[in-house]
Amino acid sequence: MLTQALLLSGALFVIGTLGVMVRRNAIIIFLCIELQLNAVNLAFVALSRYTGIEGQLFVFFVMTVAAAEAAVGLAIIISIFRHHETVNVDKFNFLKW
Amino acid sequence: MTEIVFVLFAVVAVGGAIGVVVGRSPVASLLSMIATLASVAGIYVLFEAHFLAAIQVLVYAGAIMVLFLFVIMLLNLGHDYRADVKYGLWYLLSLVVVGLTAGALLQGFMGTGATGVRGDGAAAAAAIDAVVAEKGVVGAIADPLFTDYVVAFELTGLLLLVAIVAAVVLAKPRT
Repeated sequence: MLTQALLLSGALFVIGTLGVMVRRNAIIIFLCIELQLNAVNLAFVALSRYTGIEGQLFVFFVMTVAAAEAAVGLAIIISIFRHHETVNVDKFNFLKW
Repeated sequence: MTEIVFVLFAVVAVGGAIGVVVGRSPVASLLSMIATLASVAGIYVLFEAHFLAAIQVLVYAGAIMVLFLFVIMLLNLGHDYRADVKYGLWYLLSLVVVGLTAGALLQGFMGTGATGVRGDGAAAAAAIDAVVAEKGVVGAIADPLFTDYVVAFELTGLLLLVAIVAAVVLAKPRT
């Protein structure tokens, strides 16, 4: 079952990558990044069955970092929306210099 | 039996993931994401990671997705799907990048990944099962977390504090 789980993890990661690249809505890009993190978590859990419980510990840390990232990212989106009335990433060019 | 359940969860997970990418409104994408997260939690259970499955449902599907939902509702986002997807040259470039990523992952997993794991894994799985039987599902994770990895754990707490402060400062209206 390890091989199937790794294949599923790879499929989820690839779909997440596609979403990050082709969508313009910042919130959906965030969702796709969460999808990629989840794919990696799945690989960690599957492999932890073969190498030891450290893999599951790492998933715990990845989830915490994902929660922090989502909170800060959504705060940034709200802040940008307040000034520019959009969440389209093509309109966010004011961070360029 | 386990294989059938796994395939069922895998199909729902991949379907949900595709739904996230092609979803026309952000709310539809979010609901697809919740289906994916729940299926992945089910697969965690199949790999005997019960604590992580519970955390996945509570923290991910519960807290983080509700946070996303609040922001979507708060911003009242439009449903202009045509303007939301980048077509043309960028789309082709994305497909090339995605194909290369898929190839690299496939080569890594099929070439060395599954067979490169030390032993057949039976020993490690038996060790995990023994620890779970001795300390319980939560204790098996909590014991190394508060001994060997306590520094990382404390740093994670600090990271969450920084994230809270940053989120409040960023989302606060400028006066």
